[in-house]
Formats: sequence, structure tokens, C-alpha cells
Amino acid sequence: MIGAALVSSAAAAATAATSTAPEITPRIPEFSGDPIRDTFTVLLVMVGAVMCFAAGVGLLRFPDVLSRLHAATKPQVLGLLAITADVAVSTPTVGNITLAIAIILFQSLTAPISAHMVARAAYRTHHVRHDLLIRDDLLNREDLQQP
Amino acid sequence: MLAVVIVITVLFGAGALAAVYRIIKGPSLLDRVIASDVLVATVMCALGAEMALNHHADNLPVLLALAMFAVLGSISVARFMAKQDDA
Repeated sequence: MIGAALVSSAAAAATAATSTAPEITPRIPEFSGDPIRDTFTVLLVMVGAVMCFAAGVGLLRFPDVLSRLHAATKPQVLGLLAITADVAVSTPTVGNITLAIAIILFQSLTAPISAHMVARAAYRTHHVRHDLLIRDDLLNREDLQQP
Repeated sequence: MLAVVIVITVLFGAGALAAVYRIIKGPSLLDRVIASDVLVATVMCALGAEMALNHHADNLPVLLALAMFAVLGSISVARFMAKQDDA
């Protein structure tokens, strides 16, 4: 009798647990229904993703610091431009468009600064492959050349 | 939509993995700096893609902060790098 009661209470607890447990189903994003906006959203997201992938491939394949720097600036400016324009197209409110413009402005202000500083440090620490350069405007600066 | 999500996940993931490989492997310090910049840009693009596909805009302030301050690290490393540093 007691065992049956235990089993029944265990079964009740089990049913209670299954009924209160949240159902875990992966939530797939939905299209908004507007075909023009959905086309732009998918197109711009794909542009950003391809830019990030291209930067990864460039980091793996390119031979020296300057050419890797060239590959790295693609997602920093073009990919982020596509993605923030995508957010502005996907949820077009005044606040979102203003923030997107601010993001693009600050990123395009700061990305060239860091690229310039990294390239300058690469030249001064002799991490540049001179056999790959077509023209080197700093060749007349003896203080920057390799001893 | 599921196909789009899978494709962009693979592309972002491959880009981020390549950047992490270059951070670990990279022959010079500047290669690691460039690769970490690419990793930050990939994270920003992934956050924005999630916002665009789910039709919300909660992460836009995060993107703004990253766009303003993510360069400080690479600038300071490049500026104060020792001249004879080969690592």
C-alpha cells in the first residue's frame, strides 16, 4: 500500500515536473512579411558574413603584416556598414537610424587610425617583406632601414 | 530562413576561428593585434546580424561602444611596442 502510494506520488511529481518544465525549442527567426525589406535584410547580412569570412581567409593566407592588415580592414568598415544598414532597414525607427549613423561614423573615424599605427610599427620594427613591395617611399629614410 | 541562419553562422564562425588561429600562431605581435581587431569586428557583425534577423535593436549601444573604444588596444600596443621585440 505504502509502495503504491510512493509510486503514485513519484508519478505525480514526474507529471508535475514535465508540466512545469519549459519546452526547449530552437527559435528560428521569422521573416517580417514585407518582401522588399526581407530581401534587403538577407542580402546585407550575407554581405557582412562574407566580409568576415574573407577577412579570416586573408589572415590565414596572406604572407606579411601589411597584406594581413589589408585583409583585416574589410569587415571593420564594409562589413559593419552592411550590418548596421541592415539593422536600420530591419527595424527602421529614428533612434535606430541615428545610432547606426553614429556607429558607422565612429568606426570609419577610428579604423584608419589603428591601421596607420599598426602599419607604422610594422615598418619600424622591420616586419615588412621588402621583396613583395613594388615601391617603397621610405627607402631614403636611413634611420628607418634595417642596419 | 533556417538556411540563411546556418550559412551566416558557418561564415562568421569560420572567420572567427581563422582570427583565433592567427592570434595563437601569429609570428609577430602585430599579427596578433590585427587578428584580435578582426575578432572584434566579427563579434560586432554577428551581434548586428542577430539584431537584424530578429527585428530588434537592443545591441546597438554595444556596437556604438565597441566602435568608439575597440581601437585603443591596438593603438597603444603599436605605439609602445619595443623596437627589438620579435615575439
